[in-house]
Amino acid sequence: MLRYVIKRLGGMVLTLAFISVIVFVVIQLPPGDIVTSTLERMEASGMQASDEYVQNLRARYNLDKPPYLQYLSWIYNFVQGDLGYSYIFSKPVNELVWERLGYTLLITVSAVLFTWIVAVPFGIYSAVRQYSIGDYSITVVALIGLATPNFLLALLVMFFAWEWFGVSIGGLYSVEFRDQAMSLPKLLDLLTRLTIPASVVGMGGTAVTMRILRANLLDELNKPYVVTARAKGVRPVKLIFKYPLRIAINPFISTLGLLLPTLISGEAIVSMVLNLPTTGRMLLQALLAQDMYLAGSFLMLLAILTVVGMLISDLVLAWSDPRIRYE
Amino acid sequence: MTDNILEIRNLGVRFRTDTGITNALNDVNFDVPRGKVTAIVGESGSGKSVTANCIMRLLQPPGEIVSGSIMFEPSEREAFDVVQVADRDPRIYELHGGLISMVFQEPMTALSPVYRVGNQVAEAILCHRQVSKEAALAEAHDMLQRVGIPDVDTRINMYPFEFSGGMRQRVVIAMALVCHPEVLICDEPTTALDVTIQAEILTLIKDLQAELHNSIIFITHDIGIVAQIADYVVVMYQGRVLEIGTVRQVLKDPLHPYTKGLLAAIPGIVPKNQRLATIATSVGDADITTPYPLKDVGDGRMVSQP
Repeated sequence: MLRYVIKRLGGMVLTLAFISVIVFVVIQLPPGDIVTSTLERMEASGMQASDEYVQNLRARYNLDKPPYLQYLSWIYNFVQGDLGYSYIFSKPVNELVWERLGYTLLITVSAVLFTWIVAVPFGIYSAVRQYSIGDYSITVVALIGLATPNFLLALLVMFFAWEWFGVSIGGLYSVEFRDQAMSLPKLLDLLTRLTIPASVVGMGGTAVTMRILRANLLDELNKPYVVTARAKGVRPVKLIFKYPLRIAINPFISTLGLLLPTLISGEAIVSMVLNLPTTGRMLLQALLAQDMYLAGSFLMLLAILTVVGMLISDLVLAWSDPRIRYE
Repeated sequence: MTDNILEIRNLGVRFRTDTGITNALNDVNFDVPRGKVTAIVGESGSGKSVTANCIMRLLQPPGEIVSGSIMFEPSEREAFDVVQVADRDPRIYELHGGLISMVFQEPMTALSPVYRVGNQVAEAILCHRQVSKEAALAEAHDMLQRVGIPDVDTRINMYPFEFSGGMRQRVVIAMALVCHPEVLICDEPTTALDVTIQAEILTLIKDLQAELHNSIIFITHDIGIVAQIADYVVVMYQGRVLEIGTVRQVLKDPLHPYTKGLLAAIPGIVPKNQRLATIATSVGDADITTPYPLKDVGDGRMVSQP
């Protein structure tokens, strides 16, 4: 097991090194850089930049050095935790990224929790009572949830919350708490308000999870090992949780790792609609403005989260299924 | 205490499916004598396994028992009708693995792939008795040793996929016998195994029966196995019982035309180009396909005849 982990970690480092080169090249590909766009803006407003000023600017952003040195200095700082400087926000990338990543983490984790808390019991019920009225009702609701785009759901929820209850649900905090320091009431306010983005973001996933769990569980329910367990006297509820569900849940563990990258790229539209300070919007802005360090940091973090996520789900899968562990 | 641990009377089972109703069992009657091996023989679809599932109360929808009774009389308790026990009655769980156990046909899939074999055997104990997990594991260890698992100390912590088919079937047998059930139902336990392993498993079941004195219902379609293991034989065909008797009676002197055909169809060494014997059921031999009721023909024998 330890050898397997070390092997995987080594592979991860190589993969990330490779990805970092690609990220750097992709960011450098479009013609021009931040200095040329700054100069253009200055010229447009009638200012004349001296050669000396341009040289200074290039030196400040390390743009006077050959590309491979630029890459090395970027990656050297990156590894040390210095993500560089964002041109468009005029702030260190570190300051911009981590707070938003925290909020995104909060929303994603609560969306995943929502998904599982809702999908697992209903999926089990749907499978165990296949073709019952309950199963059909759950299926219809799930299919509607599946077919509704998240952002539309967000708009609808916002509209009806305003129409019926007179509350505005945009943003993470209520108006009265917005500028206060963190406190217990503020935290409670955050948690209550979180249920809406969590359920909106988790809706599609809930429907999919429910349907897949139902199908997987139906496959397992009549397997001989379940009958054997029943025949030795295992009680019905324990039987379902310990035997077929344990196997039916495996495919979800392998997709669990893929959730991490959605921390950065996912739910940009819902975040815009609900006015949530997540990373998706910022990534889009950074890419549009060729903000090299900001975009590069996001892309690298995306890669790291993907690779780490895959490792985590492989490890969890190996822990849960001995057949994988012993290969 | 009567001589029969199980008395099955007028048992009827049907399967209600989209394509119609199938009567899987029609008026099935037979006894399972205490402490003996009763073999149920018949071709695929004759109702052998459905009968076993009824005794175990493992029959699942769309299957349902529509008539009859299964009187079960364990040695130290009052007799009760298995068919009449409600689904949520705790006696069901006592029945499952405590009083009656089952060994299934497919050892490769009868064990959960994600739990260690020791735990799976110990779980059977924990379902029926209030003992610590350690005590249950120790008992599982003894039982695994008794069914002939080599090097139990290591093997007990291994997973089913690390075992061969024959070894897995030994684990399933250990799991079935660990709570000392009074009835052991073996549903074609050797069909999925190769011939040498078959012989080993049969010997094991026979030896354990001699030791534990439990009653066995042995389901098979192999007349050779019947001759080796059984005391009594029940011949089934299309959800009906055609003939009941001791092994000697039925195999030496079959009375029902189907049984005669079945025995004649055992392949032996025959001259080249000679056709193997067949049973004329598919063309509707009236003697076989007409559901005559069972008649007592004396000497403890029953035959379905006009």
